[in-house]
Amino acid sequence: MSSHAAEPVLSYEEALEQFDPVMGLEVHVELGTRTKMFCGCSTQFGAPPNTHVCPVCLGLPGALPVVNEIGVQSAIRIGLALDCKIAPWSRFARKNYFYPDMPKNFQTSQYDEPIAVDGHLDVELEDGTYYRVEIERAHMEEDTGKSLHVGGATGRIHGADHSLVDYNRAGIPLIEIVTKPMPGAGARAPEVARAYVSALRDILKSLGVSDVKMEEGSMRADVNLSLRPKVAADATGEAQLAVPLGTRSETKNVNSFRSVERAVRYEITRHAAVLAEGGRVLQETRHWHEDTGVTTSGREKSDADDYRYFPEPDLVPVAPTPEMVEALRATLPEPPAARRKRLQSAWGYADLEMRDVVNAGLLEVIEETVSAGASSTAARKWWLGEIARRASADAMDVTAYAAERGVTPAHIAELDGLVASGRLNDSMARQVLDGVLDGEGTPTAVADARGLELVQDDGALEAAVDAVIAANAGVADKIREGKVAAAGALIGQVMKELKGQADAAKARELILAKLGAS
Amino acid sequence: MSLTRDDVAHLASLARIDLSEAELDRMLGELTVILDAVALVQQAPTDGVEPMSHPLPLTNVTRPDVPRPGLTAEEALSGAPEQEQQRFLVPRILAED
Ligand SMILES: [Zn+2]
Repeated sequence: MSSHAAEPVLSYEEALEQFDPVMGLEVHVELGTRTKMFCGCSTQFGAPPNTHVCPVCLGLPGALPVVNEIGVQSAIRIGLALDCKIAPWSRFARKNYFYPDMPKNFQTSQYDEPIAVDGHLDVELEDGTYYRVEIERAHMEEDTGKSLHVGGATGRIHGADHSLVDYNRAGIPLIEIVTKPMPGAGARAPEVARAYVSALRDILKSLGVSDVKMEEGSMRADVNLSLRPKVAADATGEAQLAVPLGTRSETKNVNSFRSVERAVRYEITRHAAVLAEGGRVLQETRHWHEDTGVTTSGREKSDADDYRYFPEPDLVPVAPTPEMVEALRATLPEPPAARRKRLQSAWGYADLEMRDVVNAGLLEVIEETVSAGASSTAARKWWLGEIARRASADAMDVTAYAAERGVTPAHIAELDGLVASGRLNDSMARQVLDGVLDGEGTPTAVADARGLELVQDDGALEAAVDAVIAANAGVADKIREGKVAAAGALIGQVMKELKGQADAAKARELILAKLGAS
Repeated sequence: MSLTRDDVAHLASLARIDLSEAELDRMLGELTVILDAVALVQQAPTDGVEPMSHPLPLTNVTRPDVPRPGLTAEEALSGAPEQEQQRFLVPRILAED
């Protein structure tokens, strides 16, 4: 579907030998407010076209916008979470353009007086080192309407006869977070870009300001990239940092972590091919194509002047007082990265174990399981082992599977308690888990109903051991002679005798004691 | 800088306002008067004067995040020259989405 002539690229290794990449990222996040940024229209997704509209978001004459208080608070909280300074005086501006996705002929945004400036975010890379991303600004704006292009052969914009516009999305609050140029990443630029977007998503999620679903477009990234000649081996050295930045391209709407990484990598190889030939990189918008992994030229970048920004006269300035800012600061959750570090050390997980937990999206679940009384080892073993295995057999992710089957952290803690107290052994506990997953009730109820309980009566265990030794005189002799490994066969028979409800460790102890081999 | 008749015609087409030849002439005259007036204001000595975007000393006017009924789709589309599938029909767009 992407029909375009392939542009020449240099190999990634060659590109990095000759050039030093510098990135910049602009991330748009849709806030999860109930109403739009400047009017009381609902933001609910999936409504019939043009049913969440009013004179304000349709730009009808005489309408008066008023800013959403949660929108402003969310913007300030995002700014604080990124260690930004919150501007004591901030205004909205009109970004004028003639394009029917905004019926007003302008987008209400912020220009030279954004709400938050000069922050930073330290992002952890795969090898455990950190890269500091400097944040230039975070500002408030609104989303545009949705256009449907009809009449073209492909349904895409090219060749379309006309477009149909739905303004339900027009006016939904957006926060745009803009980094400063990110130098010094060298060959790790793609990884840094991905790690930044991922860390930013974690922060936004922890703040509860957005559902931050990249695949659904509630968080989207624009990737700016430029190359400059490489003058030193060290990308972070003074000589290299002093080289002026090259011309940048801006790749729009990259909608997954992996695509961010791929887009940076591709643009590095494309710029390098142009520059290596002595050519000039165009300052332009590029479009990312997920299917082919390349970018193609969009429109040439308009200068800021073309938008004729001016202060929005219908909205009064936002001037957060220090008290307002401090009250909002007090609502900030523990930063996700710090929280992960704290939990990892409390739980005693190795780095790799912790990464598996995080990647499986099980951090909260394990935290709840542990606080419900399970040991951290058992919590990880159950969720990442037994439950994850069953979930993947059903091709579901663990949390969705658990939700569907109604198994909770409290259940797992209870199950762990039954094992720890000696009522169940591991194999019985797995049967109980199956019962819980099948909706038979709590672990205790399942164990009761299925009659699962280790034999606690030492007399019964001893009788079984005696019987098995008597019936296997040959094996017993070997054990007496010191072949302790042979005890396994007898333990198996004891278990069988007691229908699997014996404590295997106890049985072993008893067998060895009776045969004088302990 | 003076406005030309072509400028007015260009702006009218951008704003999708259909102007007759006579209206173009009239708007050229009226817009020129406005621009001249603004040019006069621009001569005012403003050194050391803070630009003012809002005449009222108000800040932090916000609205609670509570949905309010807006327009029905029918009302919303009542002013549209053309519509299709309950959406505003607009001429084809050249730039990409
Ligand atoms: Zn509205």
